[in-house]
Formats: sequence, structure tokens, C-alpha cells
Amino acid sequence: MDNFTPVSALAGGLLIGTAAALLLVFNGKISGVSGILGGLFQRDLRDLPWRIAFLTGLIVAPMLYAAFGGDLPSIEIESSAGLLVFAGLLVGFGTRLGAGCTSGHGVCGIGRASPRSLVATAIFLTVAAATVFITRHLGG
Amino acid sequence: MAILSAFMSGLLFGLGLIISQMINPAKVLAFLDVFGRWDPSLALVMVGAVLASSLGYLVARRRGAPVLAATLEIPTRRDLDSRLLAGAALFGVGWGLVGLCPGPALAILSFGLWQAFLFFAAMIAGIAAFAMLPSHQLQPASVRQPQEADA
Repeated sequence: MDNFTPVSALAGGLLIGTAAALLLVFNGKISGVSGILGGLFQRDLRDLPWRIAFLTGLIVAPMLYAAFGGDLPSIEIESSAGLLVFAGLLVGFGTRLGAGCTSGHGVCGIGRASPRSLVATAIFLTVAAATVFITRHLGG
Repeated sequence: MAILSAFMSGLLFGLGLIISQMINPAKVLAFLDVFGRWDPSLALVMVGAVLASSLGYLVARRRGAPVLAATLEIPTRRDLDSRLLAGAALFGVGWGLVGLCPGPALAILSFGLWQAFLFFAAMIAGIAAFAMLPSHQLQPASVRQPQEADA
């Protein structure tokens, strides 16, 4: 537990939840990132502008953070190309099939005590932890 | 105005991902590594996020309608179906393999890492594959209710 960062984790979480609350109160929408991305593939184009605006904000956030003097964490991804493609496909397809990801189910769904989101979050957290256990400790 | 507020929400969401270090796959994998050198930090991300998000529902429901839109679009389904369970499990495997979920996958694009671009491209391919599924396309509009499909 030498790498425990409770204060920044809680502060960041409050920001994420506040962003979700603002999108709900002002736009009436749920901030599920996989749902917003999936909506880009729908034939109905009415929701396209706000979806693109939200995603743009998400993408430019690190640049603005750095421009205002924020220290970006250094990020290294050690996975091989094949693993990145496999995992990316699973994340994209799985979040659409399961109708939500960490934000839609984990933040927004649990925020309104949705039984579907509680179950989905329990499953993806457990499966993800089991996957890390297998790859890191069983030499998979 | 609705566009600006959606942009600001996305921006704030991204800042939260940066400050909490959710955008760092190594940090996420350390959180998921319960039986190794476990880093429980990200559990607190969820606590903070759920707390603030639940306040959003209180305010939104009290107002009745959103400030800049006609209706609140809150999913109402409560049943558990096999798609939900299978989808969550598939997502869990992918998340545990690399440590990236959809929000952070977008927020780290500007770091310019080829790994992030490759993961993002594959994730979009997975989303597109789902959108092209015959069972998804053939559902009648009355059943489909796209706003309820997004948790």
C-alpha cells in the first residue's frame, strides 16, 4: 500500500461525479463514455453535437491541464500490440453489449442505485481483478 | 449553450480522470491487483464520483426538467439479462488486460503514445462491430429505446 494516494483519488472522483451531475442537470444526459461513443454509430443524428462536445472536452482536458501548469502523470503502457488490439476489442464490444462501462454503470448507474449497474459493476470489477491475478500471479 | 455545457462536462470529467490518475493504466492495474501490491486508491475515486453523481440525480429530479434540454433521459430498466452479464464480463477481461476503460482511453490520446492509439482504434472497432450486429439493427424502434441502452 506504499502507492496509496487517497486525497487525489477522492478529489478526482468528486470532479468526475460533478461532471456527471452537470451533464444530467443541464443536458439531461447520462455521462457514460461507452454509451456516448456508441451513440456516434446511431442513425439518429440529433444527439451528435452534444456527444461530440463532451468527447472533445474529455480529449483536450490533459492539454488544458498542462497549459495551466498542471503536472501530468507520466504514462507507460507495457502491453504488446496484439494484447492492446484484443483488449480494445473486448472493451469496445463488451461495454456496448453490457450497456455501460466504468462511468455509465460505475458512476452514474450506482449514483442512482440502479440494480443493473450494481450487478454490472460487481461483475466487471471482479473479472478485471481475476484477469490481473491470472496474468500477474499465475504467469498466464 | 447545451453544446458548451456538454463540452465543460467532458472537460471536468477528463480533469477528474487526470487528478485521480485513472488515466494511468499502471495505477488502474495496481488497483485491480488485489492479491499483489494492492493500491486501493481508485476505490476512493468511485466513492467521490458516486457521491457527487447521486447529488446530481437529486437536483435533476427535483427540477423535473434539465436546464438546457427538454427531458431528463435516465435509464429505467431494472431487469438483469444475459447481455448485461456477458458484456460486463467481456469488458472486465479487456480492462484487466491493459488497464484502460473508455473514458481514460480517450483522455490519454493527447499523450501521443502509439499504444493508446492502437487500443483506441480497436475499442472503436469493437463498438462499431456491436452497432453492426444484426440483432441490434433488426430490433423494432419501439423495443430499441436507445437512451435506455446507455447506462
